[in-house]
Amino acid sequence: MNDTGATAATAAPAAARARGARTTATGRMAALARAELTLFVRTRSTLVSAVFVPLALPFSVQSVTDRMKTADAGLTTGLIVLPAAVGFSLLFAVYSTLVGVFVARREQLVLKRLRTGEARDAEILVGAAVPAVVTGLVPSLLLAAACTALLDLPAPHAPQLAVAGLLLGLVLAVALAAVTSAFTRTAESAQVTAIPLVLASMMGSGVMVPLELLPDGVARFCALLPLTPVITLVRGGWTGQLSGAEALRALALALAWTAAAGFAVRRWFRWDPRR
Amino acid sequence: MDIDEHDHVIEVTDLRRVYGGGFEAVRGISFHVKHGEIFALLGTNGAGKTSTVELLEGLAAPASGRVRVLGHDPHAEREAVRPRTGVMLQEGGFPSELTVAETARMWAGCVSGARPPRDVLALVGLERRGGVRVKQLSGGERRRLDLALALLGDPEVLFLDEPTTGLDAEGRQDTWELVSALRDAGTTVLLTTHYLEEAEGLADRLAILHEGRIAAAGTPAEVTAAQPSRISFELPAGYFLGDLPPLAELGVCGHETTGRVVRLRTRALQRTATELLLWARHAGVELSGLDARSASLEEAFLGIAREAAAPRDKEHAA
Repeated sequence: MNDTGATAATAAPAAARARGARTTATGRMAALARAELTLFVRTRSTLVSAVFVPLALPFSVQSVTDRMKTADAGLTTGLIVLPAAVGFSLLFAVYSTLVGVFVARREQLVLKRLRTGEARDAEILVGAAVPAVVTGLVPSLLLAAACTALLDLPAPHAPQLAVAGLLLGLVLAVALAAVTSAFTRTAESAQVTAIPLVLASMMGSGVMVPLELLPDGVARFCALLPLTPVITLVRGGWTGQLSGAEALRALALALAWTAAAGFAVRRWFRWDPRR
Repeated sequence: MDIDEHDHVIEVTDLRRVYGGGFEAVRGISFHVKHGEIFALLGTNGAGKTSTVELLEGLAAPASGRVRVLGHDPHAEREAVRPRTGVMLQEGGFPSELTVAETARMWAGCVSGARPPRDVLALVGLERRGGVRVKQLSGGERRRLDLALALLGDPEVLFLDEPTTGLDAEGRQDTWELVSALRDAGTTVLLTTHYLEEAEGLADRLAILHEGRIAAAGTPAEVTAAQPSRISFELPAGYFLGDLPPLAELGVCGHETTGRVVRLRTRALQRTATELLLWARHAGVELSGLDARSASLEEAFLGIAREAAAPRDKEHAA
């Protein structure tokens, strides 16, 4: 830093402004996502839990379900493993990872600093979520392909329902992660605060155990959990066994959860650390 | 032009900020900053500096009152304001695992008309640190990175919250030169500081905040002119305060004694000093530790804190 440097660099700000292109929402999110992807790759623990857990767990589910009378419920192995893979991806790759990411960026004051700039609140959150969403999406798609090839899974009967379920699931997982981060003080405690939803969803949303195999009363309650309609749509999209009314009910429930989570983010999300 | 006819780049009117718990951090302040001016907000910790600056940056909406930056509400009309402002928070917020260059690139993607990141890094002397992770930077280097990012978009208005805290003397000097050069090129700068010499040397105008209110405002010269000068010395052995000529005749407007040390406040420094020294020569005594100084910003600052504390002491006594 010296006099000549300062003078040369400050000589033509007005001209630079006149020429300077305005940033776009897409451009800003891309810049944030790129930085976040770099961080994602550098944090090995996140990488492991986000990529390997969703890939490995579905097969442990398969060995469990093999011993159950899944055939009675009209479900083949592929139809157990695939929704499980989607569920685990949403829970581990997207939700759990992002709780940690949002908390870490908040505690590092990154969120606050970003808010002083041109990026809008939603862009900051979406930009930070991109790498996790991609790691949630790619293994799901790979597994769908693998299941089709190796487990004699038929092609989906109503792919639009499966796609809608997957997309709503991704948005919901991001929003729920943002809400959870509001109640999480440190990046370390994020591993704890994420547990309730992960466990509840694994047990009650049809990720590990299809709802059809649960007692009626429990199943009726579990049908209302946030990830249940997502898994229902993915599985139903594949089997084509979902009636129009059932599909609409699942879509409506998933949308309602997404809207509620969106509202909760606006209401409770914290951009500053508590000091 | 969307700058109003007075050319006030920043206008603050009766601004209040109340936090969730009911704490009123900013209690009705008004000031303005003209185009191409460096304006300093001074104050002790907790005086309301950062709370005020955050409202100007548009990070929050005020409880009441009005903020205009470049003619717009920085909170409600962020799209009109943000591309034209640069901000350096009191504590920088950067992911610790990114390198300096990666951080700058991320920011450049969020800044309209961004200059090449390398240019601004060179401006603050970080051009050779591009490959270093942020967590490995020293506190001073982190401050300079923050400043570089605030300058990425060639902002018309620059908000600097304690820009030199944590810098060594040389780094501080460099930052002052850089900020002065920016001002000379037409940038309007609002900074907060608790270094009085920083405000005195750098600011065109300043306001001293105390408990959320403006206690004094004006050019550094105006603010200090309102304050008395000061003379202090040690009374020679065997002498008492009453042995001096009547203090009013010396032009003294206030005094304190601590042990044998006497502190006099005066608005006529030369007259008081002359009379005091003439008395000393006449009495044939040596005034050890003699110190006479014109009012400085530091005096003003301490004076304000003293005045603010005085009424409270009376309340306690009653």
